[in-house]
Amino acid sequence: MKKVLKTPISIEDLEELKAGDIVYLDGTLITCRDVAHRRLIEYGQELPVDLVGGAIFHAGPIVREKDDGSYEMVSIGPTTSMRMEKFEREFIKKTGVRLIIGKGGMGPETAAGCAENKAVHAVFPGGCAVVAATKVEAIEGAEWKDLGMPETLWINRVKGFGPLIISIDTHGNNLFETNKKTYNERKSSVLERISEQVKFIK
Amino acid sequence: MEKEAEVQSLTDILAKFTAYIGKRLPTDVKDKQAELRAKETNPMAIEIFDVMAENQDAADKLDRPSCQDTGVIQYFIQAGSSFPLLGELESILEGATIGATKIGPLRHNAVEAFVEKNTGTNTGSKIPWLDWEILPGKDHVIIDVYMAGGGCTLPGASTVLMPGQGYEGVAEFVLDVMTSRGLNACPPLLVGVGVSTSAETAARLSKKAILKPVTARNTNEQAALLEELLAEGINDLGIGPQGLTGDNTVMGVNIEWSARHPSTIGVAVSTGCWAHRRGQIKINADLSYEIISHQDVKL
Repeated sequence: MKKVLKTPISIEDLEELKAGDIVYLDGTLITCRDVAHRRLIEYGQELPVDLVGGAIFHAGPIVREKDDGSYEMVSIGPTTSMRMEKFEREFIKKTGVRLIIGKGGMGPETAAGCAENKAVHAVFPGGCAVVAATKVEAIEGAEWKDLGMPETLWINRVKGFGPLIISIDTHGNNLFETNKKTYNERKSSVLERISEQVKFIK
Repeated sequence: MEKEAEVQSLTDILAKFTAYIGKRLPTDVKDKQAELRAKETNPMAIEIFDVMAENQDAADKLDRPSCQDTGVIQYFIQAGSSFPLLGELESILEGATIGATKIGPLRHNAVEAFVEKNTGTNTGSKIPWLDWEILPGKDHVIIDVYMAGGGCTLPGASTVLMPGQGYEGVAEFVLDVMTSRGLNACPPLLVGVGVSTSAETAARLSKKAILKPVTARNTNEQAALLEELLAEGINDLGIGPQGLTGDNTVMGVNIEWSARHPSTIGVAVSTGCWAHRRGQIKINADLSYEIISHQDVKL
C-alpha cells in the first residue's frame, strides 16, 4: 500500500521511515530554493510562510499567469538539493519544516539537521516536471515575487505527490552518502583497468 | 519576400523550434532511453525509468516543457558564408528566444550577473549564447539549439594536465566529475569530453561533444576506445538513474579533440542530463527548413 504523508506532518509520521522508502504527499507544498534560504539564514529575514510541520520543494517551476490573475502550474520538477546544503541544517531548526523534497543527495550538515529536529529529505525523480505538475491541484499563493519566477515561494496544494524516495531519514541515515562511498571504492579499480589501455603517449 | 518579412518568418520558425525541443526529446535520445530501460535490472532504477517515460508522454500530450528548467538558451551555428540573412542571424536568434519564452512557456532563466536581476525574457548580456562556425561557400545554416539546464551544467569542469599524467589523467578527471557532482545531474547522462590544448578550448569542445548523437563513435580509433572504456567504466560504478543506483549511468560518452601544445593536455567535461534537450535544424537559402534531430515534427 502507498504510504501517504499529510501536512501538517508530525514527528510520529516520520519516525518509522527509512532511507530508501517511497512515500507520497497530500497537502501544502511550498517551493523554496537558493535565495529564500539565503534571505532567512544569512540576512535573518523572516519567511512570509509558516513551515511548522510543513513541506518544502527545492524547485523553480514554470507558472502561467492567467487573465484573471490566478496561476496555472505548467511544469515543476526538483532542482539540485545540494546547493542548499550550506543553509539547510539551520533552516530546519528555524522553520520547523518536516519534509524537504529535491533532487540528488544532501550532505552531512542536512543529515545532522534531520536527526536533531526530526525531518526527512526525499527525492522526486529529476526532469519529471509534467508528472509533478499534474499532482498540483492549485496554486494557493505566491510570496517574494520580486525574486522572479524560479525563486518565488509558490504555495501549492498537492495530492498524491510522488514518488518521493527518502534519501535522509530522521535517524540521520543518508542514502546518497552511503552510495557515494561504494561508487568511490569502485572507482580505483575502474580507473586502473582504463589506464592500462590508454597509454597513448609513448 | 522583402527582407523584413524574411527576418520575421525565420524568427517565427526558430521560436517555434526552440519551444518544441523543450517538450520532446530528440529521436536518438528517446531510442537510447528505451534501450537502457529494457536492459535495466535494478528495481529502483526501473521505477525511475518508468516515471521518466510517463513524464515524456504527459509532456507530449499536454504540450508542456517536459522539465521545468528550460535552461539558458544556447545556439551553435554552422553558418554558410553565403547565407542571405547572415548579418541578421544574431538578432533573429534573440527574437526567437523571446518568442519561445512566450510560446513554451519557458522558465525565465537569464539573471544579469552583478545586477542580479532576472530579465524575465531569457535574453540578457550575451544571452542567448551564440557559438559560430563558418561553412565556406555554402548558402545554408545548421543550427543546434541547446537548453542548458542548471542541474546538468553544474558538473562542468575544465583543467590543464601535464603530459606525464597522460590519457590516464583524462580518465581520472572524468571519473572524478561523475562521482562528485555528476550523480546529482540527472543521470543517465550524455558525457562530453574535450581533449585539447587549454582550459577554454577543451571546454568548448566538451560542449560540442554533447551536441553529437548519443550513438556517435569517434573517427579516431584511440579516441573511440577511450569513449567505450569511459562509458563502460562509468556504468560499472553503479550510479544509475538519478544517482540512486542502477546498471545504466550514461547514455554515451562523446569525445571531441584538437591538436595540443606538447607541454599541455587540456581536458574538460560537459554533461547532458537524461532530458537532453537539443535540436538540430537546417535552414536553406530560400528559408525552407529541415529538422534533423527529431522525426515527424509539425512546427
